Amino acid sequence: MTNENVALSFEDLHIQFTLRGQVLKAIRGISLDVYKGESLAIVGESGSGKSVFTKSAMGLLDANGTIAGGHIWYDGRDLAQFKTEKEWLSVRGKEIAMVMQDPMTSLNPLKSVGDQILEAVVLHQGLKGAAAKAAAVDALRAVGIDQPERRYKQYPHEFSGGMRQRVVIAIAVACRPKILICDEPTTALDVTIQAQILDLIKNLQKQLDLTTIYITHDLGVVANVADRIAVMYAGDIVEVGRCDEVFYDPKHPYTWALLSSLPQLGVKGQALYSIQGTPPNLFQEVQGDAFAPRNPQALNIDFVERPPYFEVSPTHKARTWLLDPRAPKVEPPEHIRLLKERGGLSRG
Amino acid sequence: MAEAREKLLEVEDLTVTFGSRRHPFTAVNKVSFDIYKGETFGLVGESGSGKTTIGRAVIRVNPVSGGRVRYKGEVISGKVSRETDRRVIDQIQMIFQDPMASLNERAKVDYIVSEGLRPRHVSEEERQERVAKALTDVGLLPEFASRFPHEFSGGQRQRIGIARALIMEPEFIIADEPISALDVSIRAQVLNLMSSLQAERGLTYLFIAHDLSVVRFISDRIGVIYHGQLMELAESEELFAHPLHPYTRALLSAIPMPDPVAERNKKLVVYDPTQHGYTEADPPLWTELTPGHFVRGSQRELEEYRKML
Repeated sequence: MTNENVALSFEDLHIQFTLRGQVLKAIRGISLDVYKGESLAIVGESGSGKSVFTKSAMGLLDANGTIAGGHIWYDGRDLAQFKTEKEWLSVRGKEIAMVMQDPMTSLNPLKSVGDQILEAVVLHQGLKGAAAKAAAVDALRAVGIDQPERRYKQYPHEFSGGMRQRVVIAIAVACRPKILICDEPTTALDVTIQAQILDLIKNLQKQLDLTTIYITHDLGVVANVADRIAVMYAGDIVEVGRCDEVFYDPKHPYTWALLSSLPQLGVKGQALYSIQGTPPNLFQEVQGDAFAPRNPQALNIDFVERPPYFEVSPTHKARTWLLDPRAPKVEPPEHIRLLKERGGLSRG
Repeated sequence: MAEAREKLLEVEDLTVTFGSRRHPFTAVNKVSFDIYKGETFGLVGESGSGKTTIGRAVIRVNPVSGGRVRYKGEVISGKVSRETDRRVIDQIQMIFQDPMASLNERAKVDYIVSEGLRPRHVSEEERQERVAKALTDVGLLPEFASRFPHEFSGGQRQRIGIARALIMEPEFIIADEPISALDVSIRAQVLNLMSSLQAERGLTYLFIAHDLSVVRFISDRIGVIYHGQLMELAESEELFAHPLHPYTRALLSAIPMPDPVAERNKKLVVYDPTQHGYTEADPPLWTELTPGHFVRGSQRELEEYRKML
C-alpha cells in the first residue's frame, strides 16, 4: 500500500467478538481507502458496526474483540498486526485522534480543562513548562473559547455542552494528528450548537490539513460535512460514493430506505416510510445480502449469494444485485427521485 | 377557526422556579398557550430552555410557582382535590425520552405496562386483558408481557413505554423527546405509531423536542421557547413560512437537511439575545400579530414584524 493519496486503508477487514462462547462477526470483510485531506462519513444504524470499524484503527476494541483477518494500512505499517499497547501509543492520539460522542462523559470531571489539554500537549508535542501551557491556551483559543486564560483553570462542569465538545476537540487537535475520527460529534448537542461545532471541525480541517472520518446516523450532518459517504449495514459497507452521488443517485435499497425514513422528507398527514424488521443477528452466518429480509423488493438471489460491488462510477459503488445487468429494473422510491429532481430542497 | 375548537389544556402565565427563596432560578417564566382537543402541539427549544419543565408542570410533577394550568376548564395546578388529582393522573400520561432509562430493568413488561392500574383495583383477569390489548395496540405481541426490558431493542422499548401510557386510556399524552434517543430507521416507526394512535383514538399530544424538522412533521402548531419564555407560536407551516422572531429564524437556519446542495448554501443565523435593545418604556410583550400567530416583541419590533408578513 504505497498510494500517496491514501491516508488510511482497510483491506478485507474482519472483526469478531466472543460473547459467552459465541462468536459475533461484527465486521465482515470491509475494504475502504480513506484519502488524504478528505472528510469521509460512515453512516449506519446502531449495531451496524460503524464505531467498531473505526475503533479498530486506534486499537480501542474491547478486550473480547479481535481482528480476525485483513489489514489496516497506515503510513506503511499494518495496524492490524499491532499487539502491544506500546505500539498503539505511537499511533493513537499522535497520528489518529478521536472526538467522542458525549462531551459530558469524555472529559475528566476532576481535572481542570487546561490540565487535560496540557496532558496531550506534553505527551505529543514534547513541550514542557510555560511553553506547554501557552500551547494549551492557544488550543483553547483555536477552538473558539473566549478568555482562554481564565477558562484554562475551570472544570468541565463550568462549561456548557457545546463548549465541552470544543474542549474535547481542542484535546484531540492538540496531539497534532493526521487523521481525526469524530464519533457522533454532535448527537448530544442542540441543533444550533451542532451547526457551530461542525463549522469548527471543518475550519480546523482546512487549517491543519486533517483527514476527517465522521461516524454518524444523522444524514443532515453528513450532507453538511462529507466529501464521501460510506453506508454501513450489518458489518459491511453496502454503498460508497461521493456525497452528491449517494444523496442524489443512491443505488442500494438500504440507502433508499435510510433516506426515505427521514422526517425532513416526509409529507405531513402521510405515514413516514419505515424499515420493517430488525438487523440480522451477527452471531449467525449471514446468507446473501444482509438487508434482503427487510427489503420488500428483494430478489431471489439476494437470499442466496452475497452481492459483489458493482461500479456505478469510478467513485461510486454499491453491493446490490440490482446493479447486475441481468437484474430486473427496480425504481427507487418516490422520495429519492424527488430529492434528486429538486437537487436542493427549499428551506422553509 | 381556532375559536370553534375545544380547548383541552389552557396554560396561563405559567411560572416555575427552582432553588431556594434567596437564590431562585426561574426555569419557566410566564408562559401561556392553549392546546386544542385532538391536535399535536409541538414545543421546541434548546436544552435548558424549560420545555421539559413545562411538560412536567402540566402533569403535576413539578410544582407551579405562578400562573394556572386548566384541563377541560378545570384548574389542575397548585392545590387540587383528590378526585381531580386522580383524574389528571388517569387522563394525562407521559412518554419519556430514553427507553433504556425509563423502564424498570428488574420488572417484567407485564408489570411495567400495568403499574398504573394497580391503585385502580382492577381484577387480575381484566388486568391481563388490558396489558395484552395495550401491547397489541403498539404493535408488540401479547407474549412479550413475560419478558424483561433488556430483551428488547430500542424501538420496541419505546413501544412498551407507549403501551404503558395507553393502558390508562388517556386523552392527553405528553411526549418528552420520544424519538431523540432512537435510531433513524426506528424513529419513523415510532412517529407513525403515534400518528395512527392519534387518528384512532383522537388523542391530543404535547410533543416536546429540540429537533424542528421532526416537530414540523408531526405538529399542527409549534411553540418556540427560549430561556423559559415563549418567543413565537404559530401553526407549523405558518411558522416555517414566516418565522418572525430572530430566535426562530436561528433555529430554522440550523436544521440539518439531508441534501448536500442545500447544506452547502446554508447560511447560519446566530441569535444574540442582546440584539433586541429592549427598554423599560418599550418592553417586549406576548402579542397575537395575526390570528393564531403569536410573537414576543416590543412595539418597535412588532411594527417590523408586521411589515415582514
